[in-house]
Amino acid sequence: MGLLSDPNRRKALTGLLTRLNTPICIVCYLAGIVWFMGLAFEPFTLRTYMSENAMGSTMVEERFSSGERALSLAKEFDPPSACCGLNGMPVEWLVKAMQSRGLEVFTQSFSRKLPFPDENKERYMVRGTNVYGILRAPRAPRTEALVITAPCSPGNTNNQAVALLLALAQYFRNQIYWAKDIIFLVNEHDLIGTQAWLEGYHHTNITGMEYSPLQGRAGSIQAALSLELSSDVITSLDLVLEGLNGQLPNLDLANLFYAFCQKLGVLCTIQGKLQRNDWDTAEGYTHAAQTMMLMVLKQACGRSWGDHGLFLRYHIEAASVRGINSFRHYKTDATTIGRLLEGMVRKLNNLLERLHQSYFFYLLPSLSRFVSIGYYMPAFGLLAVILLLRALDLWVHLGAPALAAVDGVTEPSSPGVLTVLTPVVISHLTGVALYLLPVHLQEMAVEHFPVSETEAVVLTAIAIYTAGLALPHNTQRLLSGEGTEQGWKVLKLTALLYLAVLLGCTALINFSLGFILAVTLVPITASITPHMPKALYAVVMVLLSPAFTILYCVFIYQELIEAPVSVSEGWMLFLSVISQGILDHALYGSLVYPLLALFIYPCWLMFWNILFWN
Amino acid sequence: MAAPLTLLLIVAVTIRAVLFRSSWAELISERVEVVSPLNAWKRVVEGLALLDLGVSPYSGDVFHETPFMIYLFHFVVDYAEIVFMVTDGITAVALYLSIQTYNKNVFRKQKYALESDRYPADCLELLRSPKEMFYIPLKVAMFYLLNPFTILSCVAKSTCGLNNAIIALFILCTLKGSALLSGILLALATYQSIYPLTLFAPALLFFLQRLYIPVNLRRSSFWFFTLQYAFIYVGSLVVITGLSFFLLGSWDFIPSVYGFIFSVPDLTPNIGLFWYFFAEMFEHFRLFFICVFQINVFFYTIPLSIKLKEHPVFLIFMQIAIISIFKSYPTVGDVALYMAFLPAWSHLYRFLRNIFLVSCVLLACSALFPVLWHLWIYAGSANSNFYYAITLLFNFGQVKSLNLISHFT
Repeated sequence: MGLLSDPNRRKALTGLLTRLNTPICIVCYLAGIVWFMGLAFEPFTLRTYMSENAMGSTMVEERFSSGERALSLAKEFDPPSACCGLNGMPVEWLVKAMQSRGLEVFTQSFSRKLPFPDENKERYMVRGTNVYGILRAPRAPRTEALVITAPCSPGNTNNQAVALLLALAQYFRNQIYWAKDIIFLVNEHDLIGTQAWLEGYHHTNITGMEYSPLQGRAGSIQAALSLELSSDVITSLDLVLEGLNGQLPNLDLANLFYAFCQKLGVLCTIQGKLQRNDWDTAEGYTHAAQTMMLMVLKQACGRSWGDHGLFLRYHIEAASVRGINSFRHYKTDATTIGRLLEGMVRKLNNLLERLHQSYFFYLLPSLSRFVSIGYYMPAFGLLAVILLLRALDLWVHLGAPALAAVDGVTEPSSPGVLTVLTPVVISHLTGVALYLLPVHLQEMAVEHFPVSETEAVVLTAIAIYTAGLALPHNTQRLLSGEGTEQGWKVLKLTALLYLAVLLGCTALINFSLGFILAVTLVPITASITPHMPKALYAVVMVLLSPAFTILYCVFIYQELIEAPVSVSEGWMLFLSVISQGILDHALYGSLVYPLLALFIYPCWLMFWNILFWN
Repeated sequence: MAAPLTLLLIVAVTIRAVLFRSSWAELISERVEVVSPLNAWKRVVEGLALLDLGVSPYSGDVFHETPFMIYLFHFVVDYAEIVFMVTDGITAVALYLSIQTYNKNVFRKQKYALESDRYPADCLELLRSPKEMFYIPLKVAMFYLLNPFTILSCVAKSTCGLNNAIIALFILCTLKGSALLSGILLALATYQSIYPLTLFAPALLFFLQRLYIPVNLRRSSFWFFTLQYAFIYVGSLVVITGLSFFLLGSWDFIPSVYGFIFSVPDLTPNIGLFWYFFAEMFEHFRLFFICVFQINVFFYTIPLSIKLKEHPVFLIFMQIAIISIFKSYPTVGDVALYMAFLPAWSHLYRFLRNIFLVSCVLLACSALFPVLWHLWIYAGSANSNFYYAITLLFNFGQVKSLNLISHFT
């Protein structure tokens, strides 16, 4: 490290970094944003290709033909009130139907009390039954399995998918080429049922669900597909990839779906958007950028956008296929969908090992083009480097007076430790309060205020968040304020490094969440000092705080799915997003809410403390 | 200084007690960065169970602790948490007293040198005042007790804490000048894990310096004292090993403990450098590379002893650091022991160039260890290369920081 150990060159380098610090930071920030937006530009993306040999070279001829019979079966499964509404799932009908098709049928009952009522799906005490049938592979050892699932829940009429599942089961039963067991799962109460089934299958209990143990098992699951059809005919199939905590299945699964859609002539979409060919026009680029931004927003919120999302945690590659019926004149019938599923399952049947050849970290501006981690990570890296440059600048400034000082001056950390430690501890205690109190205090809030439990939880969270803004005025009274100039610099150095490590770890696990937080947090945290105009900067800091970031994301998301909302509707959506986030954490173990409450919010509070350092 | 030390001990015990009772204790005791096959509590319990059944605890290749350890825990297994907290307290107090003694010696030498005008004028700012040196032992104890690595190691009930206590007591006895106790404790530390063998040289140099015996291979006084000290050391080692034989009635523990440390058969990932390398190795070359890696740990004793013979305490610190970086199954508890010594040389911090970069690297790596473990084992999106990259970077950061600190002399 000659450059860094030669004192003259060191001084020159550090002098350069100190003088040009602000321009370099601004350039890096703009470069990061431009790089990210440029990812959607088609020449910068790669065409998708099938990486797994076992899935690429085999010829599959689909012969499924009982689409119409499936639809008539769906009508038997109708009407919705009997299916999945007031009387719950018709468990006996399903068990009989599966048994008559030669599957080994088992049921699992589960129950869960939500921490507070879920207003979106209107449930609080959830009790249900999963029904699943196993088609045993005729001549192979029963060590591996595939899962096809059709969620059946109140308010989401999925009869056609369940019926198609049964028709496929009957067709598959007569084939001899199955090497893996196939499990046909019909789960109730969508994600909660899937979670109960997966926990029962893998003998874990990570979310406090009560379930009866599974009577029948089929070996380790290699892949899973979830099917949601809402009508008899569909015009396009939508692929949903985003899972819990932003985890994505292997790209080969998306490639498989796309390949079969091409083969069978089915229109396929991602994020509900069709692919365009005019990448060199502004509209083409905007379309791709919108698709990519939708994926980023969906991945960042950390919830599972389809039943497949919970499978990913167990290292099972899974994707959801959703049928959409919109106004096009070319319609696809159930037989074609059946053939698509048959083809996909046959290809998955050929796998020798779990899907691992293709990418696990990617962004999709369209179904046929992808951006891999090597291309999108530098955008985040450019934003993180700003924090490190600022920290280096502060370190140099903190070290400089010490070198020129007369002996007897103690080093800055010695009396400053307490002045730095107090804001850190208080911020983190506020974060812990934000994490624990909303759910625990809901009964007390409901007693004293005329609100429902869900509103109580969300409003308590917002109240604690806002109360944290008042902290600096109280913290300052506790401190002596000794060595103030050094004090805030040390606190800012600590907070910058803490934020850099935090955002880095977040970006590794969930790139979209890390990037969105970096885009809003990095500019304010890098430039904050107590010497700026307090009122203006206070407003800017609040407008770029994590809560407002969520609000902006809600509005941007609504714009992108072409359903823009007014301010009041957006506010209601924002409140429901917060309650969903807390519920996701309690029910499935999503990490977004604890991350924001316990780490990002205290970090932001430390910078808020610096702004009001007097 | 008794009051602040007591307060520090109370705070440390409270933190550990709170963590012991929380749900994180189980999670922490499973982390590979904190426990290794040599010092995991699960294995101690397994060995005790085998002992209760009348079978040799070393059968089955699960248990790799020494017989003294089994018998100690045979009696105190119900109070294990208190034992580990007390051990941390003993280590902290031992470090406190030893740094106090060291500071007194250094200050006395400084006073004599100042009076005989041996310091050039521009060194005056480096001289330490009693006021500065008053707080250093407390800072050392604080650096050890409140270090997150130590707390994690204690909550996981890793026997690394006990090894650290023995080494800390050895340092205390050496600095107080008692050759007998120092030899016995060094033998005990070597008996626990072989690597403290390298601390023989710095301890010897310290005693020679203290007794004003010049380090000259032609002088008989040098050989006389060396043989005395070596006799105490080797004698205690033989006695301890013999006692272990009589405790369990067989020599099983030698291949199970020392054979295990040297031949590294278990390749569970940890924060050391051995596991990935030997996972990729062909059987053909395994013996050669085992020898190379193990010699690497012991080899630095010779040049360091020659270079640092005037500063034996600093040499002890460097040796402990080298052991905890290059040993076959390091854990964060080993790292915590040498990090505790850093405040002793706090007056020289301004000469640490690049300390910012190195500390950032170490901090980032400590945060990235669990993230990449999760991505590898649970999410399946990464593989062992990612985890080993962070291991390499962590060890590089440690080596770099040692490099910087060695500029102190």
